[in-house]
Amino acid sequence: MDFKDTPQEAEFRAEARAWLDANAKLKDPNSSEGFGMFSERENPDMIKRAQAWQAKKADAGWACITWPKEYGGRGGTVMENIIFNQEERRYETPPNVFGIGIGMAGPTIMTHGTEEQKKRHLPPMARGDIIWCQLFSEPGAGSDLAALRTRSERQGDEWVVNGQKVWTSGAHYSKWGILVTRSDFDAPKHKGLTYFVVDMESPGIEVRPIKQMTGGANFNEVFFSDVRIPDTNRLDAVGNGWSVAITTLMNERMSIGTGMNLAPADAFDELRRLAESAYLDGAPAIENSLVRNRIAEFYTRLKSLELTGYRTLSYISRGAMPGTESAVLKLAGGILLQEMSAFAMELQGPLGIEHGADASFNHGLFQDIYLGIPAMRIAGGSDEVQRNVIGERELGLPQENRVDKGVPFKDVPTGA
Amino acid sequence: MNFLFDEDQDALRDAARKLLADKATLEAFHKHMEAGSTHDAELWGLMAENGYLGIGIPEEFGGAGMGALNQVVVAEELGYCLAHTPYTASISGAAEAIMLAGSETQKQAHLPGLASGELIGTIAYFEANGRHDAAGMQAQVKNGKLTGTKVPVMDAEIADFAVVSAQDERGALSLYIVRLDQPGIKRQSIKTIELHRKLAEVQFDQVEAELLGGQGSGAELLDQLLNRMAILVAFEQLGGAQRCLEMARDYALERYIFGRPLGTYQGIKHRISDMYMRIELARSNCFFGAWALNSSPEDLPEAAALARGAACDAYEFAAQENLHVHGGIGFTWEANCHMFVKRMRLLDALLGGRMLWRERLFKALQAKAA
Repeated sequence: MDFKDTPQEAEFRAEARAWLDANAKLKDPNSSEGFGMFSERENPDMIKRAQAWQAKKADAGWACITWPKEYGGRGGTVMENIIFNQEERRYETPPNVFGIGIGMAGPTIMTHGTEEQKKRHLPPMARGDIIWCQLFSEPGAGSDLAALRTRSERQGDEWVVNGQKVWTSGAHYSKWGILVTRSDFDAPKHKGLTYFVVDMESPGIEVRPIKQMTGGANFNEVFFSDVRIPDTNRLDAVGNGWSVAITTLMNERMSIGTGMNLAPADAFDELRRLAESAYLDGAPAIENSLVRNRIAEFYTRLKSLELTGYRTLSYISRGAMPGTESAVLKLAGGILLQEMSAFAMELQGPLGIEHGADASFNHGLFQDIYLGIPAMRIAGGSDEVQRNVIGERELGLPQENRVDKGVPFKDVPTGA
Repeated sequence: MNFLFDEDQDALRDAARKLLADKATLEAFHKHMEAGSTHDAELWGLMAENGYLGIGIPEEFGGAGMGALNQVVVAEELGYCLAHTPYTASISGAAEAIMLAGSETQKQAHLPGLASGELIGTIAYFEANGRHDAAGMQAQVKNGKLTGTKVPVMDAEIADFAVVSAQDERGALSLYIVRLDQPGIKRQSIKTIELHRKLAEVQFDQVEAELLGGQGSGAELLDQLLNRMAILVAFEQLGGAQRCLEMARDYALERYIFGRPLGTYQGIKHRISDMYMRIELARSNCFFGAWALNSSPEDLPEAAALARGAACDAYEFAAQENLHVHGGIGFTWEANCHMFVKRMRLLDALLGGRMLWRERLFKALQAKAA
C-alpha cells in the first residue's frame, strides 16, 4: 500500500502536467464555471470544442490511456489513467461528452465485437470524432430494462427496427448509438434480445428533446420507424443481447461511479468558500460549530468516495473484474451531492432560492447541482437498483420472487 | 500508487483469522461474560506466542518491526471476533504512547514486555468532569508525585502501568508512566454497558510518576497519540462492522417469512446493502489512515479523523441494523447482536465520538489550507 507515486508514476505525472501546461489553462479557483449539471442543451459550438480537446489529447497519446494502441489508446496502466485524470481536472477543459462512447460502448465493443467492428469503431471513438449515445431505456422499460419492446426483425442481411427509446442523453449530437432490441417475443424475457450498433443518421430515426426540471434538455426520446440496420452491425449472437447489455451496464456503473468519486471533491472547495463568506445568525458561518461539523462530515464522506474509487481501480489493475464497488460509489455519491447542495443552499439563507450565474453565491453552483442531482440518483440504475446489485451480486441475497422468468415474453403481465 | 494491502498482509490476515476463529468464538465470549473474567488469558498468550502483539514494535525492542500496515490487519481481526483481550489498551494505547514519546530506556523497559504480553499497559487521559484538555485537567504532578483521579481507564485491573496525563507544576500538560502496583493507587471497577472489557476509576494519591516525553509537551503528545489510536481502533471498528454485516446476511438467508427467505424482501436487502456501502466507504478511509500511520506523519491528523469518523458511522449503523434485521431474537441476551452493539459503543466512547473528531478534522483542514 502506498498512496504516493512510484518514481515511474511521478515521472508520468510530470510528463502529463507538462503537456497539460502547454495545451490548457489552469482552472481559476474563483470561477464556478463548467459545473452546470443538465442545465443547458449542448450546442454545436460546445460539442466542437469538446471534440477538439479530445482529438488533441488523442493525437498526443493522452486519450483512452488504458486502451490498446491499435484501438486508439495509449496502452497504459490503470494508475496512469488515474494520474492523468487527477491532473486534467485541474485545468479548464470543455465538457466531456464522450463518457457513453469511451466508458460504455467502447468496452462493450471490446468485449463482444468482431475484430472488424473494433477496428472500425474504437479509434474514432477514442479520438472523439464519433460521439456515441445509449439507446436502452423505453417508456415501459427503465429499472426493468429487459422489459424493452423495440422490435427488430431480420430481412436478409438487414434488420428492420421499430419502437421508441427514452432518456437518451446526447442523441442530438451523437453520430452512433448502442441499441438493445427484442428480436423474439416468444422467447423468455432475457433470451429474446439482440444488440446492435446503429448509425444515428439512418433514415427512420427521429430525435426529440425532453425538457427536464432544470430547464435544460440533455435527454431525448428517439423513435425508430422501419430503421434498417445491416447485420454486420449486430454485436454478438442473435438472442444474446442481454449479456451484451450487462457488459454495458457494468461499465456504465463503473464509469459513473468512478466519475462520481471526484465530483463531490470539486463541489467541496466551493462549499468551504461559501461557508467563509456566508453569515449565520449574525456571525460568520464558518465559526459556527454546527456548520463546521457538517462540513467535516461531508469531507469524511467525499474522501471515502475518492479513496474507494482508487481502491476499486487498484483491484482492476490487479486483473479483477469490476465488482459492486461502483454501485457503492454511485449510490453514496448521489446522496452526498444532494445533501451537500441542500446544505449549501441553506447556508445562503433566503438567497438560497436564487438561480443562475448571477446568483449571490458561487454563481448559483449549488442550485444547479440541487436541480440536477435527482437525475444522478436515477440514471444508470436508480438507488434501489444499486442496492439490489449490492445485495444480490455482492452479498448473495436471493432475488425477489418473480413472475417474468421462464415464460414467453409476450405472456408477461404489463398492467396495460 | 497502490491502494491495497499486499500479499504479506493478506497472509497475515488469513493466519490471524484462522487462529481467532478457533480460539475466540462467540460461545467462548458468552462464557467470559457470564464468568465476568477480566480477559481471555489463553487467547492473549496465543496472540503473544504468534507474534501478533509486537507487530508494530521495532525489533530492537522485542517486536517484529512489521509496521502499522500489518498491525491494523490484526486489529481488524480482533474487532471481527470481539476479542476479549487488553489489546486496545496495551498495544494500540500504551505501546503506541511509549513508541511515540519514550526515551531509549523507557522503550527498553516497557516495549519487550508489551510485545510478549507479560506486561500490560493502559492509557488514563480522561477525568470525571468529562474533560481531557489542559485547562480542565485536575490530576497534578508535584515533585514527581501524581495526585488525581482518571476515569474510565480500560483494563486498569490487570494493567501493570498506565500512561497518565496530568498538569505539571507549571500548569502545563505532561504525560507520565505510572506503575499501578504502588501503594496510594485505588482501582475501582465501574459499571458499563459493555460487559466484557473492564473499565475502572483509578485514584492516584501521591504516587511515583515518571515523565514520558518532554516536560509540558503532554497536550501535543496526547493529540498525536489519539490520532494513532484512532486509526488502530478504526480497524477494530471495521472488523466488528464487517461481522455484523455477515451476521445480518446469514440470518436473512436462513430465516423464512411469508414462505420465502427474509433476504428476498427489498426492505431487508436494501438495509443490508447500506451496511455494506458504509463499511466499504469506511474501509477506504481506514486504508488511508493505515498508510499515513505507517509512512506519512504529515497526513496523520486528517487521516485519523477521516478513519475515525467513517468507522464510527459504519459500526453504529451495522451493529444497530444487524440487531434490527434479526427481529425480536436480536434483542435477546442469547443472541450475539447486543454484544456488537455494546462493543461498538465502547469503541465509540473511548476516544470520543464523531462530533469531537469532526471538529478535529475541521481544524486539520484549516491548518492544511493555511
